[in-house]
Amino acid sequence: MHIFANPTRFLRLARPLTAWLGWCGALLIALGLGWGLFFAPPDYLQGDTVRILYIHVPAAWLGMAGWAGIAVAGLMQIVWRHPLAGVAARALAVPGAVFTFVCLATGSLWGRPAWGTWWEWDGRMTSMLVLLFLYIGFIALADAERERGGEGRLAAIFGLVGAVNLPVIHYSVLWWRTLHQGQSIGLTRSSIDSSMLWPLFVAAFGFSLLFAAVVLMRMRAALARQKVEARMRRMAA
Amino acid sequence: MTHWPFIAGAYAVALIATFGLTGWSFAAMRRAEREADSLKDRR
Repeated sequence: MHIFANPTRFLRLARPLTAWLGWCGALLIALGLGWGLFFAPPDYLQGDTVRILYIHVPAAWLGMAGWAGIAVAGLMQIVWRHPLAGVAARALAVPGAVFTFVCLATGSLWGRPAWGTWWEWDGRMTSMLVLLFLYIGFIALADAERERGGEGRLAAIFGLVGAVNLPVIHYSVLWWRTLHQGQSIGLTRSSIDSSMLWPLFVAAFGFSLLFAAVVLMRMRAALARQKVEARMRRMAA
Repeated sequence: MTHWPFIAGAYAVALIATFGLTGWSFAAMRRAEREADSLKDRR
């Protein structure tokens, strides 16, 4: 990671990678969602509603992965003072918040026909809502710190502390057995049939690639803005 | 109860949010990099 401490070296890699990740992600999303919507079988119990799975699960995974990334970037900023760690954390925050919102919205649209309710104060749903609030707090804190010329250490600490919510989300379906279904995909086996699992993997991989492309775009924008600000300061001096 | 309006709504929310975010981030990146390049040219 220290190889990319130099923004010029980082940009040399990020420029071609942004387009590749973006286009491959968009293609895989089209393939995964087309497969899930038109070719995967309906569920024997839920019928066609199960097709919401192909967007709900990738959104949940990316909402959580985004915060895990913020926590790792926070650690790198606090311990190693990596110059791009703060930029990466800020670039992860908005996409992470958007996917957390998508997870909550699609879950609500799935819950109405499946459970007969739009919302329930269930452990999994409530902890995901807390994640959305954490993202909003992080964005506000990082922006305020940046405007005051700070290094972003407060936001980094907030990112690390907020990571405590990730195991709560993951284990919520085991700790509180309420409305949300239990874990269907584990590291070694899955209770989902392969006819539904493959389009889910393709869609999740596609959304992940596009997420990475968006993060790179936001990092490139932040670095360009930093360059302009530094140049303006030098010109004014 | 037909489930398709819920499925269509969920896909609409997900796709609008995903591609809206991508377009917004791309436009912001292009604007910022163009501004940085124009300052470099002015030097």
